[in-house]
Amino acid sequence: MAYLKFQNIGISGLAAAVPARVIDNYKYTEHFDEESVKEVVDKIGIKERRFADPDTCASDLCFTAAEKLLREMEVDREEIDLLVFISQTPDYKMPATGIILQHRLGLPKSTIAFDINIGCSGFLYGLTTVYSYMLQQGFRKALLLDGETRSRVYSPKDRNTAFLFGDAGAAAIIERDEKYGESFFSLNSDGAREDLIKIDAGGYRNPSSIESLKEKVVDEYGNIRNDEHAHMNGADVFNFLIREVPRDVKNTLEYAEIGKNLIDFFVFHQANDYINSYLAKKLKLDKEKVPMSIEKFGNTSSVSIPLTIASELPDKLKENNKLLLCGFGVGLSWATAILNLNQCHISDISEI
Amino acid sequence: MEQKFIEQLKEILEIEDRQLKLSDEFREYPEWDSLGYLELIAMMDEEYGVSIETDDFRKLITLQDLVDEIKKRMV
Repeated sequence: MAYLKFQNIGISGLAAAVPARVIDNYKYTEHFDEESVKEVVDKIGIKERRFADPDTCASDLCFTAAEKLLREMEVDREEIDLLVFISQTPDYKMPATGIILQHRLGLPKSTIAFDINIGCSGFLYGLTTVYSYMLQQGFRKALLLDGETRSRVYSPKDRNTAFLFGDAGAAAIIERDEKYGESFFSLNSDGAREDLIKIDAGGYRNPSSIESLKEKVVDEYGNIRNDEHAHMNGADVFNFLIREVPRDVKNTLEYAEIGKNLIDFFVFHQANDYINSYLAKKLKLDKEKVPMSIEKFGNTSSVSIPLTIASELPDKLKENNKLLLCGFGVGLSWATAILNLNQCHISDISEI
Repeated sequence: MEQKFIEQLKEILEIEDRQLKLSDEFREYPEWDSLGYLELIAMMDEEYGVSIETDDFRKLITLQDLVDEIKKRMV
């Protein structure tokens, strides 16, 4: 377990962008009969998701969000010293998409730009990385971009995962200011469980081949996917997280010496309705304090935390708010953050 | 404990129309599905403080197997 503490660094602005194309989960019946679809959708609590069209990448969603945010906040781009792009669905295997975005956003060559490949805990890993650079007093502003097109990662013919995932991108500006006070983070990993959520082929361990792209029936229920589609063992992930996540939340609150009751909002990664309800119940949280956006956007991986803040909280925030954020998933990797959102500029969600 | 477990299982699988026997193969229940499985995982965690990985869970066939495994892990 790694605990980190920062002072006077925080998020001054946040924006999110989603594809305009809405997928009505009840009508996602190309490969399954309508009745079984209704059964699944009724249970998982995801009614709609957004799918990027073929020309749109995660980077484009982040670009749109960033442009809007930078314009609305009248940011001098010369002052952006760092750009970090969080994604497991980059434009290319190389170069890093963050560097392409540095150019697209018109940032100076002195801007540090790179990618982080991590998954659902990504926004929090990203924050700690950016906050750490911001400890350098010469750094003025940083841009944290987080985007995923998970709609392309899973097979539409695999009932285990076909209804869960959606696409989105987010942008956050991080600055130094006393009003942000102290923030606390806990970051964790378990590589022993690397096979619970995985894309087997297409990397360098199992390179792409004609075989890896062949669709196969993978179980006794007739689910179909190829080796370059992701697979997920939902039960084992759930089993693991219902023990580790509450523990991490409690430990982080203890580390921060902050009582649960002082937290205004608990923003969990939007994996599925059931796990979040169970976590809220286990931690004895007031439902009013646990915003959810999964019904509208599905599981957008690392983007779900900033997306939920942007879509659910603008009407509910006071001037200063203490948030507990918790991201967990592929890796397995999980993280908890406690931070203050103080007069954060939150743009309306863009659709492209 | 067997009776309590059966009642809890009936509740999470929403089985109201019949009694369950310890010799039942629970995967044969029409109400058994992947969400029911998650709910069972949550129930074992919450009520008994026990967790069973899918590799081990695969070997459990009857309700009696489930109860015995939970008892074993409750120590």
